Amino acid sequence: MTDSDKYRIKQLSIFSENRPNRLGAVANVLKEGGINILGFSIAEGAGYGVIRVLVDRPEVARDLLTKEGFVVKFTEVLAIQMEDRPGGLFDLTDHMKEVNIEYGYGYRNPPYAVLIVRVEDIEKGIENLLKGGLRLLDNTTFH
Amino acid sequence: MTSDAIQGGFDLISWNPNIEEMPRAQLDRLQLKLLKLQTHKMYDFSPFYHERMRAAGVMPSDIKTLADVKKLPFMTKKDLRDGYPDKLFMCDRSELLRYHASSGTTGKPTIVGYTRNDLENWSESLARAMTSVGLGKDDVIQVSNTYGLFSGGLGFHYAIEKMGAVVVPASTGNTERQIELIRDLEVTAIASTPSYLMYLGEVAAKMGIDIKKDTKLRIGLLGAEPWSDRMRDRIYETMGVKGINCYGASELSGPLFSECSEQQGIHIWGDLALVEIVDPDTGEPLGPGERGEMVITMLQKEALPIVRYRMGDITTLNDEVCACGRTHPRINRIQGRVDDMIIIRGINVFPSQVEHSLMQHPELGNEFQLVVDRKGHMDNMLVRVELKPEAFTDNIIELNALRERISNRLKGTLNVSAKVELVQPGTLPRFEGKAKRVVDRREY
Ligand SMILES: [Zn+2]
Repeated sequence: MTDSDKYRIKQLSIFSENRPNRLGAVANVLKEGGINILGFSIAEGAGYGVIRVLVDRPEVARDLLTKEGFVVKFTEVLAIQMEDRPGGLFDLTDHMKEVNIEYGYGYRNPPYAVLIVRVEDIEKGIENLLKGGLRLLDNTTFH
Repeated sequence: MTSDAIQGGFDLISWNPNIEEMPRAQLDRLQLKLLKLQTHKMYDFSPFYHERMRAAGVMPSDIKTLADVKKLPFMTKKDLRDGYPDKLFMCDRSELLRYHASSGTTGKPTIVGYTRNDLENWSESLARAMTSVGLGKDDVIQVSNTYGLFSGGLGFHYAIEKMGAVVVPASTGNTERQIELIRDLEVTAIASTPSYLMYLGEVAAKMGIDIKKDTKLRIGLLGAEPWSDRMRDRIYETMGVKGINCYGASELSGPLFSECSEQQGIHIWGDLALVEIVDPDTGEPLGPGERGEMVITMLQKEALPIVRYRMGDITTLNDEVCACGRTHPRINRIQGRVDDMIIIRGINVFPSQVEHSLMQHPELGNEFQLVVDRKGHMDNMLVRVELKPEAFTDNIIELNALRERISNRLKGTLNVSAKVELVQPGTLPRFEGKAKRVVDRREY
């Protein structure tokens, strides 16, 4: 394990059909398992979606969801700390020009805010973001 | 050959009265003669059917009465598929004038070849049919069936020319222009699918054109998909168009037969085709009025012979002389299919074709479901298929691309577009016996 590996964060990606209340079904499984959701987003595909969730115990969450018939996959993402004030995101993006981002979503976690990103090449992404002087949260913050 | 003669007390205009009004006993003798001749020809010139007859222990000389037809072995769609492209033909290539093709069940089409006589008989059959619903030289008939490899367009086209009416070769598409042509050229009849005619009526209404008042359209030669008397009534009420039920199949040549003005069943011209109804499970012949699978023997075909061909269509046979005076037997409206074939926008689709196409994608599971419905008289097909867990990716672009690939391959196989829905594994219904893959929500 190299030093940069600690920045790799396990996100759950869950395949979601175009049926009513699929999010509710996912949330219920996590609730029953006592899993805490730290952040999430929903991506719309053509007639289906992908629910992306950050949780405190990803392995347990995956096993529970899989047992309930969900299709779940781990995706490695990066968590960038940003300042919780106007211009907080802009300060980051200025240092992220070199990084190819597939998708991202953010949430507040006072006193700071967090931007979750999925990058094309995670190794290079970590290197470039750190070089840009950004603060990456390591996985112990989550799991 | 056209005759305005009024014969036998019936007020009847027939295209070919000598044949159409031939006394039944005489028609039976003609059929037997043609059947014997065709059996001899097949035994001598069709290596495929020669083999079949030998395997069944039948010789041409065993055909002594019409009922002896049951001694002959059946032919199926599979035989035509296995014979791709022309292994079943029994004429020289120099005698061929045309090919048509129908979509096959596993991607390969069925090729139908035509000699000059085959084309002639095809046109003859439809000319009789059209005349029997009151069409003639003074009519303008728009063909809104697809022209090309599909036999529905050109089949009507040449028959209309033979009959001496004016043909408007509109083919499919550009509905607004089709409506303008119907109005401006004073079109009196249209050949299309029933759902397309309904759609055309709606578009016309949107354009402010009342088919009933603003056009001369009065007859619809409708077929190539299942429809009902209710739909026929609706077409008549909304458009003033009398819907005529037509029947045919590319293997038989194309559209061939229709109801007469009496609309009490579809006349199957006995000099061209011998129709039987059999028990779909045992293959045993059933009597008049008994419901079963239609089996057709084409009595004069030269290029692609069709003997005791299992049509897969369920119907009943009516052997009585029609009120119109025509002596040829009639079949009633098709009541269903032996297999699970469905017809989408006039194109035959077998679940096995869909399965074959889906199997080419390693990302997909084995279960699938076809959901068919009709919106605004256009058929829509949705293919629901399970995504394998290992093929799931967090990347929406990749998933969308997969869906696109599946959809394109289906379109290539079926010749009809289908929407694809990826579903979670384990969620589609499982079957212990025969799988029921089709959910048909259309109202006929
Ligand atoms: Zn009749």
